[in-house]
Amino acid sequence: MTDPFALAPRTVGVVLAMAAVTYLTKAGGLWALGHVDLPDDAETALDALPGAVVVSILAPAVATAGPPTWVAAGVVVVAVRRTGNVLVALLLGVGAVVLVRGAL
Amino acid sequence: MTTAPPDVQFGWAGLRDGFVQCVPVALGVAGYGVVFGVLAREAGLSVAEATLMSATVLAGAAQLIAIELWADPVPVVAVVGTTLVVNLRYVLMGAALRPWFRRIAPRQAYASVFFTADENWALTMGELRSGSRLGAFLLGSGLAIWSFWVAATVVGATAGGVVGDPSRYGLDFALTAVFLAIAVELWEGRSTLAPWGAAAVVAVATEALLPGRWYVLCGALAGVLAVVVRRD
Repeated sequence: MTDPFALAPRTVGVVLAMAAVTYLTKAGGLWALGHVDLPDDAETALDALPGAVVVSILAPAVATAGPPTWVAAGVVVVAVRRTGNVLVALLLGVGAVVLVRGAL
Repeated sequence: MTTAPPDVQFGWAGLRDGFVQCVPVALGVAGYGVVFGVLAREAGLSVAEATLMSATVLAGAAQLIAIELWADPVPVVAVVGTTLVVNLRYVLMGAALRPWFRRIAPRQAYASVFFTADENWALTMGELRSGSRLGAFLLGSGLAIWSFWVAATVVGATAGGVVGDPSRYGLDFALTAVFLAIAVELWEGRSTLAPWGAAAVVAVATEALLPGRWYVLCGALAGVLAVVVRRD
């Protein structure tokens, strides 16, 4: 296990680069609106981005996994819709994956 | 565009009101923070590195995605590029603040937007649209989010260090579960079906054909194209 206080130069560099691009997006809207007009399409596209990224990460991971992951994924989706509570859904999903793995 | 009252103030009242009103929301955010800390540790980050990320990036979805993409050595372009793409929505959120923020000093405005997160931005827009003059509300509510998020990361990362083999407790599924939960919350009904279908198909195909993490950007691009094409 890594030293809890370790700060690897490469990791720190990547984290600070993430911080820089994130700040650019947060400050960008404040700055840009006075200087350029966003077309309507750009607004729709930016709105759709987070969902599209999350699905792109999920799809290959879930598709190439086995039955325990598929069952647990179903449990998580139903649990979030029913309870609206992410932590409850997370615990139920993790519990389901352990149970199904044990049963197979 | 919504008009802002001409006498928007930037001071203690807004800072305090924003912080206090945001505490219940920040408690919910802290739950995510603990999960992020545990998973960051599993991915190989130290407590210090995970905490540094939470303190300087302050963007939950982007941080979780970075952890998902994390490897040894770190794929710099994939991690930083995906961070940028996921966070592009902040450009719109910042633009929506402009009617109020043009009435306070630029350094106050540009310092405040660092503390923009989805949750306190929504809270702030509600406050400002109801005619509030509290220009420091975003900063106050953001400080609540920031302090809970950073503290929760420390707790999660410290706890994550004492867990042994993650798959024994199903922890290897936890990140997938978090993304599933985020997806359910982003689902807007049938209009979401086409972009998500396109994103899923292209991501799975790209992952099978190309090495590395290109499937995230290719899938996301396909999803966004599907939305834009449908509108025309």
